[in-house]
Amino acid sequence: MELTEAIILSVLAASTPLLLAATGELVAERSGVLNLGVEGMMIVGAACAFGGAWLTGSIIIGALCGMFAGVLMSLLFAAMALGLAVNQVATGLALTIFGVGLSGLIGARFVGERITPAPHLHIPYVSDIPLIGHILFGEDGFVYLSLALVVAVWWFLYRMRAGLILRACGDNHVSAHALGYPVLKIRMYAVMFGGACAGLAGAYLPLAYTPFFIPGMTAGRGWIALALTVFASWLPGRLVIGAYLFGAVTILQLHAQGAGIGIPSQFMSSLPYLATVIVLVLLSRARTGGSTAPAALGTVFVPDR
Amino acid sequence: MQLILEKRAERSKTVALASPLIAIGLTIVTMTILFMVLGKNPISALYVYFIVPLADGYSLQEIAVKATPLVMIAIGLSLCYLANAWNIGAEGQFLMGAVAGSWIAVKTQGTGAGHWVLPAMLLLGALAGALYALIPAICKVRFGASEILTSLMLVYVVDLLLDYLVRGPWRDPQGFNFPTTAEFDPVATVPTLIEGGRLHLGSILALVVVAAGAVLLGKTIKGFEIRVVGAAPRAARFGGFNANQLILLTFAISGALSGLAGIIEVAGPVGHLQPGISPGYGFTAIIVAFLGRLNPIGILIAGLFLALTFIGGEQAQITMKIPLDVTKVFQGILLFYVLACDSLILYRFRIVSSSPQVARGAH
Amino acid sequence: MRDTTSAAPHTSATPLLQTVGLTKRYGSFLANDKIDLDVWPQQIHALLGENGAGKSTLVKAIYGLVQPSDGGLRWEGQTMVLSGPSQARARGIGMVFQHFSLFENLTVAENVALGLDGKESFKEMSARLQQVSRSYGLPLDPKREVWQLSVGERQRIEIVRALMQNPKFLILDEPTAVLTPQEADQLFVVLERLKSEGRAILYISHKLEEVRRLCDTATILRGGKKVSTCNPKAETAASLARMMVGTEIKQVKPAASREITVPRLVINDLNLEPEDPHGVHLRDISMELRGGEILGIAGVAGNGQDELFAALSGERLARDPGTIVIEGIAAGHLSISRRRKLGAAFVPEERLGHGTAPRMRLSENALLTGHAAGNMVQHGFVNTAATLNAVDRATETFDVRKAKRDPEAASLSGGNLQKFIVGREILRNPAVLVVSQPTWGVDAGAAAVIRQALLDLAAAGAAVLVTSQDLDELIEISDRIAVMFHGRLSASLPTAEASREKLGLLMGGSSLETKEQAHAADT
Repeated sequence: MELTEAIILSVLAASTPLLLAATGELVAERSGVLNLGVEGMMIVGAACAFGGAWLTGSIIIGALCGMFAGVLMSLLFAAMALGLAVNQVATGLALTIFGVGLSGLIGARFVGERITPAPHLHIPYVSDIPLIGHILFGEDGFVYLSLALVVAVWWFLYRMRAGLILRACGDNHVSAHALGYPVLKIRMYAVMFGGACAGLAGAYLPLAYTPFFIPGMTAGRGWIALALTVFASWLPGRLVIGAYLFGAVTILQLHAQGAGIGIPSQFMSSLPYLATVIVLVLLSRARTGGSTAPAALGTVFVPDR
Repeated sequence: MQLILEKRAERSKTVALASPLIAIGLTIVTMTILFMVLGKNPISALYVYFIVPLADGYSLQEIAVKATPLVMIAIGLSLCYLANAWNIGAEGQFLMGAVAGSWIAVKTQGTGAGHWVLPAMLLLGALAGALYALIPAICKVRFGASEILTSLMLVYVVDLLLDYLVRGPWRDPQGFNFPTTAEFDPVATVPTLIEGGRLHLGSILALVVVAAGAVLLGKTIKGFEIRVVGAAPRAARFGGFNANQLILLTFAISGALSGLAGIIEVAGPVGHLQPGISPGYGFTAIIVAFLGRLNPIGILIAGLFLALTFIGGEQAQITMKIPLDVTKVFQGILLFYVLACDSLILYRFRIVSSSPQVARGAH
Repeated sequence: MRDTTSAAPHTSATPLLQTVGLTKRYGSFLANDKIDLDVWPQQIHALLGENGAGKSTLVKAIYGLVQPSDGGLRWEGQTMVLSGPSQARARGIGMVFQHFSLFENLTVAENVALGLDGKESFKEMSARLQQVSRSYGLPLDPKREVWQLSVGERQRIEIVRALMQNPKFLILDEPTAVLTPQEADQLFVVLERLKSEGRAILYISHKLEEVRRLCDTATILRGGKKVSTCNPKAETAASLARMMVGTEIKQVKPAASREITVPRLVINDLNLEPEDPHGVHLRDISMELRGGEILGIAGVAGNGQDELFAALSGERLARDPGTIVIEGIAAGHLSISRRRKLGAAFVPEERLGHGTAPRMRLSENALLTGHAAGNMVQHGFVNTAATLNAVDRATETFDVRKAKRDPEAASLSGGNLQKFIVGREILRNPAVLVVSQPTWGVDAGAAAVIRQALLDLAAAGAAVLVTSQDLDELIEISDRIAVMFHGRLSASLPTAEASREKLGLLMGGSSLETKEQAHAADT
């Protein structure tokens, strides 16, 4: 019982950064922009968030710093890929390479420091209900926030006119432009939202997951988040399933390592990455009849005037 | 005020040549600002970065040594990128080549094996790199899985494999528990070109690869095929070229070159297998490929330039206490500027007022 | 400049919309040069001109999509500055685009909502959509996604979307280009009704007969300038064409007699599933084409013409080799390069991106289709001199105008690039030429050169298969015409018997029984 509870709790924690980053990327991709720089935005977000929290002692200020850093990074991407019509794949790679270096530079002075991690919710009695109480009502705020965000994004995309316009830009930017929608501006906002989410996802790592910063601590989570949007067929609801599945793989391999089942730890550690490859293959294979990807995803748009 | 892009009728040749130079210039300006923010004297920092390494023979050799893997990997990547196949896992293919080639070195250690060992290591390294690169390529061609994500995921996997091998079965028993294999035997080591120097045979191989790349892309129908598949996939299909085969081919070549670079690095400058044999060569090579405008000769120059920044970065760390991460930031900024300047080849930038003018003559 | 506007009584004192000296510059290129245009309420005003005459730029300026470089617009006599289409829509200007501005993966209702300004709820909008589409006889299912719909239905969305804004002024850009003659007639009924409701319509077309039938006034553009405003009913199609082109158009001359020889291209019961889920399934296609013959394939876009082209060219392979026979050799399983070696040549519909790689030089584009046969490649190495030679020969034979010897394909005008592509293939002396939309978006001069080249090729003994949506073109050059509908190919009619009405019925898929009878009679 205790172990199950611990495992579920740690799965939720491991899934949250994936869910946050993937939700942001989903919105950007729905508008037609493929930002491969999620890993870069996350790691810079992590460094800035830790810095902010360590200097002020406030988790919330730390998280805001992380989001702000993510937005700044995403603006760099938007300036290149939208403003200058540069290939989105190359720009995203550049953003990640740049972000990894920058986070090292920013985070260097915080390495070895510790903070008090984000507190967990505690409602008297309710949170103490065995198993369910702790799982449903005993998480840190980020976990609830990430789930609320998914619902909000779903509502935005399918129930609001602005969401319809955003999806239209991702389906056919020429038509959207012809109807008078400012395609590049809409995409810029979508990319910025993606940046804020990636920054927050990065912030989660040093603020709640482990209370310290180490260079490269995102360890490919940004890339896995990118794979999750594919896994989810660009549908917000499925992101939750995907993120929790990946969180589960990560945690189970850790527990398997801890239990000492005789398989070298490196092999267990490689499971999340291998799982990503396998999931991408299985899903792409299942969708033999065309893709559900936004039709304009990753294509350059230059309006004529 | 608003920046708008106007498509040029033809790509501008002048800008194509000038764009990497403009990019380097802008990067240096940005770095100057960054050094000032870090509280370092920018003039002396730039001097340490770009001039000091050129001043002595040892550093010059070291630049060539560092440029060797960068150039070899980048040539392969340029083929992929020209064909619109996004191999970003060269780092993993590099490590896989290093691991596979080292297997022979480890197994023949102290057995007095002959001079076949090094050629066999290079061959196996290239082969392993190619096979490892073919995994994402096959996933792409056969199942439509994004090669970008799969090739990158495999970097983490082989990194862990290498870690396991040097901590486990291949660890040097006399290595004081350090995660490393024993020093390779002389027959398993890439010979140096100058007695007592650092420059090794691998650098010559890199030059051969550059020449082969230039001929392939410039003169052969295969090179044309690679370029047209990337530039206009539908037209390429109409021309009778098979994009899927080309993805497999370019990934295989790219993987083989990365794997070769990996085993040369291990059997040459490093001398044994250990974690951290690559300071991110596979990723820096992406920058090299773009800075060289996906052109073999350009890549040679770009490779030497980025090698210079590695050496300069180390110097700057030692003499001025500038963190090594500055080099990575520098490389990232450089890639941004290169891509931005490349946009000038296809477009003309124009600043216009954003509010519609009240047209004359209609009053 | 002449002005023969009939003194039709205008119901109001001022024009609804005017362009006053409207000028639009792109770099050094003048797309519109001081254009004055008056459109009155209750008027159908034709805008005529060749491709590149500046029609699209002018209507984009009226719809607020491009900003004039000089001059401007007046609306009901008042100066009007538009910063975007939503402002144009707010004034009561609606537009039906030639290349529809629709979103394939969204529903009809969502597409309509995107063309409105969102002041009503989605539910109210859907109800109004039903009502408008019913009242104008333009039925639509709001819940279907656009990719499932035919071209005609898609146009209906565009029109209903424009009508839902209750526009005073409606722009239609080449609306009949994608319709069967019968569908076009139905559209004209709707347009006449809109006119009678007091709306003004700006009607872009290059089908002169329908302009004469429908429009009250016509403004003709050439090379960015206004040439004339006239009453089309007082003109002949020939006189209108002369004003559009500026010179007399060369008539194409078929050879006096052509020798019909052996079957060169045969299709036997071709069935092919679409590669892309939005594509068309080819079903039971059979035909035989002999040397010296030109067979035209008519049909509304999206009825399997692209799929048939891909199957014939070998961009898609058939399972059974015998389904496609080129020069007596079963070729269904052969690649496009192997088919070229058998003597086949292909010209696809899309010039940029399919027929050529836009950002590559002409010599490289000659290599694109020439590498399989001939001397362009030796031992894997490219013979650059041979590729340049091919460019020079095409340039000379087909009068391709370009700025330098070997420019990038994208820098050529549509007409010149099409002449290069057709020339590139014809100069390989093909036994079979399969060509799709040979003169789509091409100026009249280039179109005449290309049609003449197809006739000459047939006269020299080749078999030519032409797919086109332009019935006039097919009637002009084909010996026989067949129609594609829903992935099936009708039996062919001799051109002399193929009236527009008959073809129109086949294009609408409405006479399948008679088609089957004809098929039985054919075999």
